Amino acid sequence: MDLKLRRSMLFIPGNNPGMLQNGGVFGADSVILDLEDAVAPTEKDAARFLVAHALKTVDYGCSEKVIRINPLDTFAAEDIKVVVPCRPDAILVPKVESAADIDASVKMIGAAELPGQTPVKIIALLETPRGIIEAYNIAKADPRVVALALGAEDYTAGLGAMRTKEGTEIFTARSLVVNAAAAADVQSIDTPYTDANDEEGLLADTDLAKQLGFKGKLSINPRQIEVIHAVFNPSSSDIDWAEQVIHAIRKAQTEGSGVASLNGKMVDLPVVNRAERILHLARLLGLIEGAE
Amino acid sequence: MASLIKIAQAGTLESSDIMIAVAPGSEGSGIIIELESIVMAQYGEDICLTLREIMAEQDCTDVYIKAVDRGALDCTIRARVLTALCRAGAALKEEML
Repeated sequence: MDLKLRRSMLFIPGNNPGMLQNGGVFGADSVILDLEDAVAPTEKDAARFLVAHALKTVDYGCSEKVIRINPLDTFAAEDIKVVVPCRPDAILVPKVESAADIDASVKMIGAAELPGQTPVKIIALLETPRGIIEAYNIAKADPRVVALALGAEDYTAGLGAMRTKEGTEIFTARSLVVNAAAAADVQSIDTPYTDANDEEGLLADTDLAKQLGFKGKLSINPRQIEVIHAVFNPSSSDIDWAEQVIHAIRKAQTEGSGVASLNGKMVDLPVVNRAERILHLARLLGLIEGAE
Repeated sequence: MASLIKIAQAGTLESSDIMIAVAPGSEGSGIIIELESIVMAQYGEDICLTLREIMAEQDCTDVYIKAVDRGALDCTIRARVLTALCRAGAALKEEML
């Protein structure tokens, strides 16, 4: 699995120079320079040039540079031709519905890459009922696919359901995306919480996403990043537990056993894997020291 | 030489942006620039230089440019000018970025 941190992925409107030039200061794990929904149809050409120049000149710090292109049946080809040679880290492909959509994206991206350029990754945005059904095939379609992201607004429109803060209507889709991503060994990224003024709602929604197994969350406002990171960061009790698990299993292994016990609970391989993931994340975030 | 075939505009008057209008000039008129900027005293000459550089890079010789700057960075100026030239019908060079 691609182990890049993607706790928060912040959308930045692609035709707004002020926001594009400041996108790196918010500390998001990824910035998504948006050529799709945030850009009026008459300004697609302008946004494409602006994002391309921002990619070449603006310092986004540690944030991964992701471009959301337009859907494959609209301006995707033009977007890819202009932005891919400017070396983004990944392309967020919207409204992906099949492995064939990934194949088509890979062909266009590959053709646009410069000689020697690091291959551009793909994050598939699933936002239709068909896309959710095809999630696993999409995730496995190509090694460039590093994550599945859920776009719940379009998805619920496709369902004919009302979008609610509780998110009951997207529970199945969330579970399917997380499961498909895990089965394909890629990351899963949750839909954004669209009320930027409701911090409590964001916290509850992000808690639920983490509980379901998502590795990060899309974000539509810089103010959301701190809350999202607080949820996805391992807590001190998580880290303590993980360290105890690793200590217990190592002790058991020296005694010739593959299974240990911690506070009366069995510690076997899946538990060890979970503990190792927590410690890996904690090291990445500088919460603990030491090598893997 | 890249020729403009019509008047075109790109950009906005929002902070950090620049609005660029381009129009075909008469033959031999050269590059004529009319610039307004909130940072005219500090960066007016640099902005004009950037505009002339882009015209030279794109082989545009006779163009009237009206620019209203709201503190745009160089990369924004370049993006807006290229968009305006494209919209004006100029065939940009392959390495247009």
